[in-house]
Amino acid sequence: MEEYSEKVMEHFFNPRNVGEMDDADGVGEVGNPRCGDIMRMYIKVKDNKIEDIKFKTFGCGAAVATSSMVTEMVKGKTLEKALKITNMAVAKALDGLPPLKMHCSNLAEAGVKAAIQDYRKKNGKEE
Amino acid sequence: MDKTIYLDNAATTKIDKEVIKAMLPYLTDQYGNPSSIYSLARESKKAIESSREEVAKAINAKPNEIYFTSGGTESDNWAIKGIAFANENKGKHIITTNIEHHAVLHTCKYLKKYGFEVTYLPVKENGIVDINELRKAIREDTILISVMFANNEIGSIQPIKEIGKIAKEKGIYFHTDAVQAVGKIPIDVNELNIDLLSLSGHKLHGPKSIGALYIKNGVKISNMLHGGGQERKMRAGTENVPSIVGLGKAIEIATENINEKNEKIIELRDILINGLLEKIPDTILNGDREKRLPGNVNVCFKYIEGESILLMLDMKGVCASSGSACTSGSLEPSHVLLALGLEHEIAHGSLRLTLSKYNTQKDVKYLLEILPEIVQKLRDMSPLINQN
Ligand code: FES
Repeated sequence: MEEYSEKVMEHFFNPRNVGEMDDADGVGEVGNPRCGDIMRMYIKVKDNKIEDIKFKTFGCGAAVATSSMVTEMVKGKTLEKALKITNMAVAKALDGLPPLKMHCSNLAEAGVKAAIQDYRKKNGKEE
Repeated sequence: MDKTIYLDNAATTKIDKEVIKAMLPYLTDQYGNPSSIYSLARESKKAIESSREEVAKAINAKPNEIYFTSGGTESDNWAIKGIAFANENKGKHIITTNIEHHAVLHTCKYLKKYGFEVTYLPVKENGIVDINELRKAIREDTILISVMFANNEIGSIQPIKEIGKIAKEKGIYFHTDAVQAVGKIPIDVNELNIDLLSLSGHKLHGPKSIGALYIKNGVKISNMLHGGGQERKMRAGTENVPSIVGLGKAIEIATENINEKNEKIIELRDILINGLLEKIPDTILNGDREKRLPGNVNVCFKYIEGESILLMLDMKGVCASSGSACTSGSLEPSHVLLALGLEHEIAHGSLRLTLSKYNTQKDVKYLLEILPEIVQKLRDMSPLINQN
């Protein structure tokens, strides 16, 4: 198997923002059609900014690490900025992923988007 | 923990020191080509022949029924293609199972291009072939039945004796991929009516890239490699003398007092299986409880994923494997686990631990200490479990 970067391993072993949120403003659940993994993302929104974020992931080391990394990247950001974060940016922030594991980072990007969409829907702000 | 605990013996095994000792002269001073006529070469020839005798003895075959190959994959390829092409005038139908190793499955798939038809027998929930399904699958034009002796992932031991009997009655050749079984459980090719059997060195504490195919005398099969006259003109190429010697020594060691040695390994296996089922809720044992290889443990922990388990085990110095889609290059879950009827999601959380003679009670105890914590940590992260 191809090796993970140290950063991936560090996030895998010490994932940030793991958990659930009872009073989330938006929840997004996405699945990975390639290998069947699932990620759920919870956000708390205040003044159009992601005030808090939590995730739960059922997947490989890369899936956990990218979930963890994306939560760090979007926390405190405006929704517009958070929506602009791509899976490539997440992978880059982790010093790269093995080619076979790039698809896992899609989950992270999609998870954030789904949570924001859910928030907007609930608040009648859907575009 | 600075020590490595190796629990992936179905993947490969640690080479035995005695085996290295036996090989060493053939890597240094005894370098003669067995096909030459001077005495240096005769030493190599003698070494090969005595290794052939050891391999034959291990499965109760005759030495002239043993052909050395580069390993299990080559043996499987040779057996299946060799029988298919040499007997296609009699028929073009092959029967195998859907839990075979890829060396068998992909070879069968390849033969389809040449007009062969393949029936893949399903297995029961315990990973064992249903003999009635085999009977139903046999046709006028069936020329080969290929069923593995024991499965590499879930350790299930197949009803080889019954299959051999049926094959013999019907006059169909019977091949078994015994890569996981030789040196692990007693095998007698005569008693079991086996016509062809594949085996491999590195699964039984021998060197890698060496194996053998047993071909019963009288079986009609085409050549594997064309060239010089080695291996009775059936498999050309200068013999890998040191590895052949290593295989002979390894198989000799593995098969002596096999039942006694198994007692210890079975004891460890059962402590592990019972311990995991007891300590970790929502754990499923894959494969048959009784008819399984002495060293095989294969479980699924619900709600979590296998690669994550392996990474955490590796961190604690434990080597193991998983049938999770995320650990395979194809991103497909193990075909063996799916053949048992497991859902993708469950197959995701599979863990295989395979023991050898080098494992100890301490290893097993350590594992039972660390695994429940690892599973819990991953379950805490899983969206399939709700905290509230
Ligand atoms: S989540 Fe399955 S390979 Fe990464």
